[in-house]
Amino acid sequence: MPRIIYVDVNGERRECEVAAGLSVMEGAVQHGIAGILAICGGSCACSTCHAYVDEAWLARVGPPDEIEDSTLELALDRRPNSRLTCQIKVSSALDGLIVQVAQNDG
Amino acid sequence: MVTSAYPIVVIGAGQAGLQVCDSLRKGGYDGRLILLGDEGVLPYQRPPLSKKFLTGALQAERLAFRPASYYDKIAVELRLDARVTRIDRAAHAVILADGEVIHYSRLALTTGTRVRPLPCPGGELEDVYYVRTLADGERLAARLARATRVVIIGGGFIGLEVAAVARELGLQVVVIEALERLMARAVSPLVSEFYAGLHRQHGVEVKLGRSVHAIRSAAGGVNVELDDGSSHAADCVVAGIGVIPNSELAAACGLACNNGIVVDVGARTSDREIVAAGDCSFHYNGFLAREIRLESVQNAVDQAKVAAASLCGDSASYYQVPWFWSDQYDLKLQMAGVGMPHDASVLRGEVGPAGFSVFYFRAGALVGADSINRPAEHMACRKLLMQGTMLTPAAAADQDFDLLALARS
Repeated sequence: MPRIIYVDVNGERRECEVAAGLSVMEGAVQHGIAGILAICGGSCACSTCHAYVDEAWLARVGPPDEIEDSTLELALDRRPNSRLTCQIKVSSALDGLIVQVAQNDG
Repeated sequence: MVTSAYPIVVIGAGQAGLQVCDSLRKGGYDGRLILLGDEGVLPYQRPPLSKKFLTGALQAERLAFRPASYYDKIAVELRLDARVTRIDRAAHAVILADGEVIHYSRLALTTGTRVRPLPCPGGELEDVYYVRTLADGERLAARLARATRVVIIGGGFIGLEVAAVARELGLQVVVIEALERLMARAVSPLVSEFYAGLHRQHGVEVKLGRSVHAIRSAAGGVNVELDDGSSHAADCVVAGIGVIPNSELAAACGLACNNGIVVDVGARTSDREIVAAGDCSFHYNGFLAREIRLESVQNAVDQAKVAAASLCGDSASYYQVPWFWSDQYDLKLQMAGVGMPHDASVLRGEVGPAGFSVFYFRAGALVGADSINRPAEHMACRKLLMQGTMLTPAAAADQDFDLLALARS
């Protein structure tokens, strides 16, 4: 099963097994990663699952599509490596992905 | 900080109930905390039930907000088969259906709503489905998988989302709406008309200004008889005609109720030891500067945070921009603010499936916007509303005017 490494808002780093096909957000929720709120449940309608993709993984994860990009526009502290984790699907290609949870509590 | 031998009890294990628990812990409350639910499943998100869940693409487990271990982690005692039948305020007690008594120091009512049943004959037939609970969703998903024709009663968000899914599943779909336009409570005529066109383009038969006279059992399904004498055969009917707040427990114990459990801007009921939040509450909304009952994830979450603060004895005021979304086909409709009523509206972009926004004004001030596949404009409007930033109708309509820059400034 692919492993995703979450670095939460407290700096705590956790390596979690997340089934392929789930989103990185769902993996975070399953493993109780602090800071991923996912208020809209993953429908790209809020920005509370916001995280920063580790630089080394940026190319492999890819950029957000137009809708996600728009939704990200007003996320708190958007950076070039920002993604909405509900829009990143876990696969074996992302085994070892590192994401840093953003400050999502508004 | 509340210190008492008795726990804080939360009645209703949905979006608001869970948020009250989260916020209480975050706010430093470290006493006993009990979350009571009566659906027998871990707290879960409802929005997918009228959308992707119906295609069978999402297993039930994926709807849960958090895994069971989470509740242990934050020391919330989850009771998922606890139906509360009475609140005894004098005794600070909650009485369950089996007679068990749970005492509380403070109480949070996050009981949500239940579906409004069809008033016509035949509304109680087996082939009539509602969409509110996970159990409803599972039953309906199973039925749609075996059906070829569905009649949907109610052209609001639930009805239209189900219609979109049913079309995607290849069913023949008829939507019956009693008012003259779709989603009349929430959107402007322009947006209603766009969606009627959208559904028709997808092959849905949309009947406006029509009501259901009766639903009759028929071979292999039902016959839906309308007030104009027409009749529609279907395998099943889905009814989405609104919800009723679950305020009976509150009313029975003497709390003020009026289209929901009445609460002030701090989510407090007429009893200072009891708060209410979410779909069940008729609340003073600080942002809208009036009392209202809002049915949304946003309200459940934001109001629950205020309720938790009030439970801790902090003075908190509910002041947040309402927002809402609806997914139909590949279009995301997002609503910022409450645009109805308005005295002026402007279109930004061109009406069409590529996306556009409609901005609403009242006495010259921006009050809301409906955005279709324009999430940046939706977000900009939310920010502008929260900040109270001035926006002229001309600027809203001008696609060269940078709304995002204004929202960021």
